[in-house]
Amino acid sequence: MKNYFVLAAALMLFAFSSSAQKFFTKSGKIEFDATTSSSPEKIEGVNKTATCVLDSKTGAIQFSVLMKGFAFERALMEEHFNENYVESNKFPRAEFKGAVANNDVVNYSKDGTYTVTVKGKLTLHGVTKDVETSGKLTVQGGKISAVATFPVLLADYDVTIPGLVADKVAKTAKIGVTCALEPLKN
Amino acid sequence: MKKLLLHSLLGFTLLLGPAILMAQDEDLLKLVGEEKPKKERIKYAFKSPRVINGHSMEFLNPGTMDFRILHRFGQLDQGYKNFFGLDQASMRMGFDFGILQNLMVGVGRSTFKKELDAFIKYAPIRQSTGPWSSPVTLAFVSGITMDGLPWSDPSRKNFFTSRLGYYFEAIIGRKFSETITLQVAPTMVHRNLVALETDPNNVYALGVGGRIKLSQRVAFTWDYTHVLIGMPDSGYYNPLSVGFDIETGGHVFQLHFSNATGMNERAFITETTGRWGKAEVRFGFNLSRVFQIKKTKHKE
Repeated sequence: MKNYFVLAAALMLFAFSSSAQKFFTKSGKIEFDATTSSSPEKIEGVNKTATCVLDSKTGAIQFSVLMKGFAFERALMEEHFNENYVESNKFPRAEFKGAVANNDVVNYSKDGTYTVTVKGKLTLHGVTKDVETSGKLTVQGGKISAVATFPVLLADYDVTIPGLVADKVAKTAKIGVTCALEPLKN
Repeated sequence: MKKLLLHSLLGFTLLLGPAILMAQDEDLLKLVGEEKPKKERIKYAFKSPRVINGHSMEFLNPGTMDFRILHRFGQLDQGYKNFFGLDQASMRMGFDFGILQNLMVGVGRSTFKKELDAFIKYAPIRQSTGPWSSPVTLAFVSGITMDGLPWSDPSRKNFFTSRLGYYFEAIIGRKFSETITLQVAPTMVHRNLVALETDPNNVYALGVGGRIKLSQRVAFTWDYTHVLIGMPDSGYYNPLSVGFDIETGGHVFQLHFSNATGMNERAFITETTGRWGKAEVRFGFNLSRVFQIKKTKHKE
């Protein structure tokens, strides 16, 4: 019986170490910027409630963000963003499902900054497209910070900009991602 | 036997436990659990805090100002002589301010009777989803109007208070879907001074209004007020307005036809003289431009 407890303790430890292979956050920051040189004002929104989960073993990474959570400096811009462009009632969230393509270069148990390539599928406004970008993973004290920026061609996702304001809104929006991931305990 | 069973059970769990934990989940997001449903306010029931003439269940965002220019042209039945009414215009200029998500105030001045008006609008309940939600918005409006015309009879003793009128309104509205919004608004208008002895000072009315959203930027709107008690015997009618809201980015244009000339509650509820049946209808537009006075702070 005693042996069993030793075994149990050892296996539990193993189980915990294996669960620490996954990292997550529920307060990831996603920035959206569709400002162009001819925009009369900054077209920027920020969402600080993105969920992100990273599996360090396989490199699989997933994001989910509520579109209504994007806050703009101008209330009218926020209304137009939700009502006219991304239609957040019809398509409440945007999701990314992909993987760190060069996961083997990252040593998750050693502090350091690694440049990674992330490939996957982004679903936005009901349209799913392949996305590839490079970003940085910084491992420090068992936590990971993930940073990336990538362009999104709005027309790819059926987000139409009416002719009247077409030159005031960028055709390609810049998306910035900043996440501080913590070990996921089951 | 019992011990053996216990041993095998324990062994089984220990063997399989880590295996389950290590299993590759297809959806990583499921690991962190679903977000708890939060109470969420239903937004954008109307494009503007006014349906056409009457107040809507919608509010201005906090920190914004709505500059409203309202025009009502002459009656269509005047024909080509007055270019179907477009030769004449009555207007109201107004400034509305959003203070809280459920509190706004506004002032305006109309050319009709040179009347000033002001109101305060507050919603104790907003339509929402999630826990403790409400299926409807309940809002209250209280307003005051001040007639600016010279006294009709300067020979008698006139009081300043005779220029004043008041209105009190409750709005119960619901955004049924992205397309359809409906509201009812029981209203009471009080006039300190009325033209005839037989005219009642208090008028009770029921307003109904709605919107059918046709596209992302165009909506069909209508607005009707039925006077229940206090309508003078002849010459006055219930105001009905129908039109389209067109959103062009920074502006909302409300283009419509209405038998009312007045653009505040006292005027359009108690002093509508046109009849739809006789083409005594006017073309009109409300131009609404919302300015952000105070920038919304990003929530940290």
